[in-house]
Amino acid sequence: MKPLTTIDGNEAAARVAHRLSEVIAIYPITPSTAMGELADAWSAAGQPNLWGTVPEVMEMQSEAGAAGALHGALMAGALCTTFTASQGLLLMLPNMFKIAGELTPTVFHVAARTVATHALSIFGDHSDVMAVRSSGFAMLSSSSVQEAQDLALISHRATLESRVPFLHFFDGFRTSHEVNKIVPLDDETVRAMVPDKLVSAHRMRALSPDHPTLRGSAQNPDVFFQAREAANVYHAAVPAIVSATMDKFAQLTGRRYRIFDYTGHPEADRVVVLMGSGVGAAQEAVDALLARGERVGLLNVHLFRPFDAAAFVAALPHTARRIAVLDRSKEPGATGEPLFQDVVVALASRPEPPTVIGGRYGLASKEFTPAMAAAVFQELTATAPRREFTVGIVDDVTHLSLDVDDAFTTEPADVATAIFYGLGSDGTVGATRNTVKIIGEHTDLFAQGYFVLDSKKSGSVTTSHLRFGPRPIQSTYLVLRAGFIACHQFGFLDKVDVLGRAADGATFLLNSPFGPDEVWARIPVEVQRQVRDKHLRFYVIDATRVARDAGLPGRVNTVLQACYFALAGVLPQDQAITAIKAAIERTYSKRGSAILDRNYAAVDLALAELHEVAVPAAVNGSVHLRPVVPAEAPPFVQRVTAEMLAGRGDFLPVSALPVDGAFPLGTSRWERRDIAEELPQWDPTICIDCAKCTLVCPHAAIRMKVFSPDLLAGAPAGFLSKEWKSKEQPGMVMAIQIAPDDCNGCGTCADYCPAHSKQAAKHKSIDMAAKDGRIEMERANWEFFKSLPEFDRTQVKVATIKGSQMLQPLFEFSGACKGCGETPYLKLLTQMYGDRIMVANATGCSSIFGGNLPTTPWATNGDGRGPAWANSLFEDNAEFGLGMRLALDNFAATAKRLLGELEPEIGAGLVAAIAAADQSSEAGIAAQRQRVEVLRAKLGGISSPTAARLAELADHLVRKSVWIVGGDGWAYDIGFGGLDHVLASGRDVKILVLDTEVYSNTGGQASKSTPRGAIAKFAAAGKRTGKKDLGLIASAYGNVYVAQIALGADNAQAVKAFAEAESHTGPSLIIAYATCIAHGIDMATGMSHMKEAVDSGYWPLYRFDPRSEIEGKHPLALDSKAPTIPLREFAAKEGRYTLLARSKPELAARLMTIAQADVDERRRLYEQMAGVERHAPDDTIISNGHADALAKELEEEMP
Amino acid sequence: MSADLRTTYMGIELANPLVAAASPLTGTIDGLLALQDAGASAVVLQSLFEEQIKHHELQVDTILESFTESFSEARDFFPALDSYNTGPESYVRLVEQAKSVLEIPVIASLNGISRGGWTRYAHLIEEAGADALELNIYFVSTDPRVAAAEAEARYTDLVAEISASISIPLAVKIGPYFSSLANVAMRLTAAGAHGLVLFNRFLYPDISLHRMKVVPTLHLSSSEESLMPLRWIAILSGQLKVSLAASSGIQSANDVVKLLLAGADVTMMASALLRRGPKHMSQVIAGLGAWLDEHEYTSVRQMKGSMSQAASPEPGAFERANYMRTLVDFTVASPDPRHFYARRDPIPWD
Repeated sequence: MKPLTTIDGNEAAARVAHRLSEVIAIYPITPSTAMGELADAWSAAGQPNLWGTVPEVMEMQSEAGAAGALHGALMAGALCTTFTASQGLLLMLPNMFKIAGELTPTVFHVAARTVATHALSIFGDHSDVMAVRSSGFAMLSSSSVQEAQDLALISHRATLESRVPFLHFFDGFRTSHEVNKIVPLDDETVRAMVPDKLVSAHRMRALSPDHPTLRGSAQNPDVFFQAREAANVYHAAVPAIVSATMDKFAQLTGRRYRIFDYTGHPEADRVVVLMGSGVGAAQEAVDALLARGERVGLLNVHLFRPFDAAAFVAALPHTARRIAVLDRSKEPGATGEPLFQDVVVALASRPEPPTVIGGRYGLASKEFTPAMAAAVFQELTATAPRREFTVGIVDDVTHLSLDVDDAFTTEPADVATAIFYGLGSDGTVGATRNTVKIIGEHTDLFAQGYFVLDSKKSGSVTTSHLRFGPRPIQSTYLVLRAGFIACHQFGFLDKVDVLGRAADGATFLLNSPFGPDEVWARIPVEVQRQVRDKHLRFYVIDATRVARDAGLPGRVNTVLQACYFALAGVLPQDQAITAIKAAIERTYSKRGSAILDRNYAAVDLALAELHEVAVPAAVNGSVHLRPVVPAEAPPFVQRVTAEMLAGRGDFLPVSALPVDGAFPLGTSRWERRDIAEELPQWDPTICIDCAKCTLVCPHAAIRMKVFSPDLLAGAPAGFLSKEWKSKEQPGMVMAIQIAPDDCNGCGTCADYCPAHSKQAAKHKSIDMAAKDGRIEMERANWEFFKSLPEFDRTQVKVATIKGSQMLQPLFEFSGACKGCGETPYLKLLTQMYGDRIMVANATGCSSIFGGNLPTTPWATNGDGRGPAWANSLFEDNAEFGLGMRLALDNFAATAKRLLGELEPEIGAGLVAAIAAADQSSEAGIAAQRQRVEVLRAKLGGISSPTAARLAELADHLVRKSVWIVGGDGWAYDIGFGGLDHVLASGRDVKILVLDTEVYSNTGGQASKSTPRGAIAKFAAAGKRTGKKDLGLIASAYGNVYVAQIALGADNAQAVKAFAEAESHTGPSLIIAYATCIAHGIDMATGMSHMKEAVDSGYWPLYRFDPRSEIEGKHPLALDSKAPTIPLREFAAKEGRYTLLARSKPELAARLMTIAQADVDERRRLYEQMAGVERHAPDDTIISNGHADALAKELEEEMP
Repeated sequence: MSADLRTTYMGIELANPLVAAASPLTGTIDGLLALQDAGASAVVLQSLFEEQIKHHELQVDTILESFTESFSEARDFFPALDSYNTGPESYVRLVEQAKSVLEIPVIASLNGISRGGWTRYAHLIEEAGADALELNIYFVSTDPRVAAAEAEARYTDLVAEISASISIPLAVKIGPYFSSLANVAMRLTAAGAHGLVLFNRFLYPDISLHRMKVVPTLHLSSSEESLMPLRWIAILSGQLKVSLAASSGIQSANDVVKLLLAGADVTMMASALLRRGPKHMSQVIAGLGAWLDEHEYTSVRQMKGSMSQAASPEPGAFERANYMRTLVDFTVASPDPRHFYARRDPIPWD
């Protein structure tokens, strides 16, 4: 038997693709990103393809770009591949039609993911691949990790032989991210499958000036149709070619696939047809039903396009009278889903065609279990089975869903199962991945690992599902009943139903600060009851302390992994310890002996600290689960959000959810996360009222209010306040208060606080301190703080640091990373203008922490006003925001016109006041809102269609602004074309680029904003080219307000830039420096680190204001001084530079020299530009869509 | 120049007594070649700091581990690199390269923090081909419960352990702050040290008034500082059978001459070279030769230790405390009073 390997689906496919390609064009998109990253890493390491050359891997600006580059490389005769999913695949579609139409062989590997509709989802289903089925690509489906590898090879061979391009797909996450033990393909097999003559034939067809041909002609009605039909024979040949390729593959490897793989009873009366990972679960159901004597079968569709009807019919037992076709996609309004339709058509030609019903399952990685498959077989026994159904949800609206018998399980007794609950970055997932590999590689057992990660980027719960057993594991669903449950964080016990999936008699391992004698009284009564009722064997270890003692604070993974092996008994203990250490060596050896030694120590220390708990006979104690949300939460939050928070979202019925994706704002405030280890502690005696703690807080968890001292009457005992020293608001007090359950303890506020104690320099007005003993007091304080009134906006200087911080943030408690550098800008924006903005948010980190359920941070104020937020796509955000502006402008113009028409009824005074209102200040806005209220009252008394229309639009008489928000991946790369067009439109939109200089959301891939010399994914050897100067490009338009800011470096400049951008009536662009975990810095210092970014000249601060230009002044104000420290000093504090400096010192030094020259040259250029006078015409009135009004005015002025 | 400048340090024959001490100049091959060209008879490479290695390892590990596997869309945030060079590899490479390009002996320098680290790295350095190893021991005893004997035992135990594990000559660089320095020197010699380097100049913390932060500082040395090794070399050279290297404050040929007279086998220079460039070394060597010629010494060996405490006509002078010398000077030797009053320091008994 060949040595087996334990890898995930993405790697399985990429290993084949990299060996068989010369050009690989890529772009990151979940869940396919890892395939591109691996290919890039292999090429960067000089790993050659099968023919001895290293594939060219090129990251493009979008998937559309990747497809275009690929198309060109194919034309030139190269062997090409790409990896994508979802919207990315759709962006490739135009080129896919071309590539297929030109009969060009290539393989696109797709980790199939749902296409964003009412919401974005990163999870797996077939809606993306189904959307491209008319492209002419052949479509081959893999249902497991083994198949993701094997069918990848079959695709690469079959495309060369057939000339038809292939889309090879497997289910996102379930297959792409599942780790399984598979038989790898050696180079000889791959070579034998891809003969050189097929490659030569492809080369011979290439474009070449030595034997030129012309491609891409434009054809007229006379010949296009015939030419289109001319390729039929090639498509028709595909099924036979794939079949033959599968036969050849079987000869070489012994693994047999068929284009339609039937398993089950040879004379089955009921058959389920499906493709993808659901096959694994369905297969288990079939096996169980067969064992009961039922005549059932399963048909796994591998080759979906071209659909070979005859082969399909032949594969199906002739006895099958009832067939259910399961589609993992939805085509609203169709007569049935795509696979269903094909099956119906294929069977229509049979005499007495069987009954065919169609159902949807598993959208966006919804679990699909053997019980659900059994429910489908059950439906087929009904007298009149439902022609259309769903399975896996409860549909109480259209009643399409099947009932599922949860008692139907198929997990065999000889398969061991375990679930590990961990905290993001505590190493649990990595350790479980290692455990799967250890079992896979050190035993004859087969193993599978699958990982469910949270949608929050900090303080998230990770759940790792492990199975191992004597046969290959095809259970493509979460572990339902675990024989081993490990809870790696004690704090989860009152938040997550850790023992819900524990099997009777299971082992329960808890990381507990309390020893075996003390722990029982410390765990919730509800958990005690589960331990007793399920007869669990209960073990504790203080892994947190052991990890700390071993020198790895916070990293409990190694300790708990050792305990797992000790308790699970899968390997003899000595052997297990040796294997764990070997895995440690493999993972950490590159990082040095200190890390190795500490991990080894963690293993060695672990077992002595592992204790069994003698489970008392009685369930008793004072600890209980906390309610998921407080009782005062609104009904929707109680009914829907709370269920999602509790991990019961799967059980919410269809009726519980909005039909169009519209959700209420401000739900994050109801989630009690309580994830901080330390909380800020305010010392009012040394506070200097600067408000910087609240300004820089990434989570809006530290707040300031200024209020009348008499309101302190009802304050809780621990509530702190001090005199507010301000001439503008005399006689007031102020309080700095934390939201203890919402703070995640990042420490940014304490790091940035400038107020030191005179007696002990280490003590600041804000210190981080242990939360134990304080949290209840702070909860009471926070409740009181919330009850204090918000300051009257009209009495505050909004465009100042203190003023802005006296105002309520309408962006709070997001799930962003600890210390996120993006969120403080959004919070500041909402404090300044949140009650009147519409936000168009590009896909990326900000759309995820901004809009990922269960809870979202965009919030409303006491009047119910707040930012209206929406995310369209990644690539179109500028256009999306511009569209909002066009609508708003149109509404405002219409409202003004109607106002004029109704002047006799409304009164000239009010009409004139509304029309001429100055809305440039808070007072102006407030006054206009009051006028609109008066107007509404008057309109109520007028019964005319015009009045009704104006009443509908009256709100648009109050200024609203549109903020277009996104990251650098959007602004510099995929969305740049649109951004440029929107800047050129001259319209009144504000664009905020949260510039982290990488694709943060997908894991730090290089963008055109990535600076020279920094490493990033796809730039592992340091980015060779310099950062694109987006601000300079934008300023070239002349009428665009441009500011480059860094909040932590110059607070006042940042606030000023927001105010100027907001007040500019043309397009505004703010490029905001946002520190990110992908920079490799201590995130607590992110804001103070920005100072060094500016001091080194790395991030110059400036404002380019076209209004000065109109006045003939110098439009560019260079706000930062000439560099005072070398770039090297700034870079030395960032992992993205220092890792390269360690790894490749000479190269890093060379790049750093050039990067310093970049900085010097940019400074020189900006200094010159700051001295330049420009005289631009004032075109704002035209560019803002008022050209018609202007023309009319001019007409009237004409004599 | 006709005098023979040769000397022997820990059994290694050197062309002259001018050795480049560990400094940034001896951390690069270019710097080392420049020093050799300027006439250095040997070089002490910049130190391998175990603490720094550990720090780098932990930093790299923290960067690579933070935020991994916690969010569905990104497993990690940095590309995997071939190597992170956190360990001693780059230092080992420096030793190997230095040995391959230099003709003069190469002395490696090691600053450890853990027992295992000291011996592990000492071994690696020997394997890399270093001609000798200098232990740069920097131990600040801050715990009031640790007695001097206990602190000193750390030095001697360490030296015993390392000297047993390597076969190249071993020097120990120490600071002057021992209650009984002579005893410590004797015990280090007994533990296996072939050479003593007197003295280590410590990095002192300073307070930045601008940043209100504690910041490390290292000022380049000045000639006066060479008086401390002068005294101790003079005291020890006649008493212990161990090579003595003078370090701290050596700026000029005169400083070198004085230390050789006191009994140093070699003199080590760093600050002056950093200040004036490697070529300064050749001027000092020329100056030394000139002095020998002028004073009719035929060789360094001849002059070495001729003014040590043992050889000095006035042995008590090396033991007297400052005020005694000043007192004697003032009452007996009758110096120029202007010289006395020109001192900036207050009069000791005033």
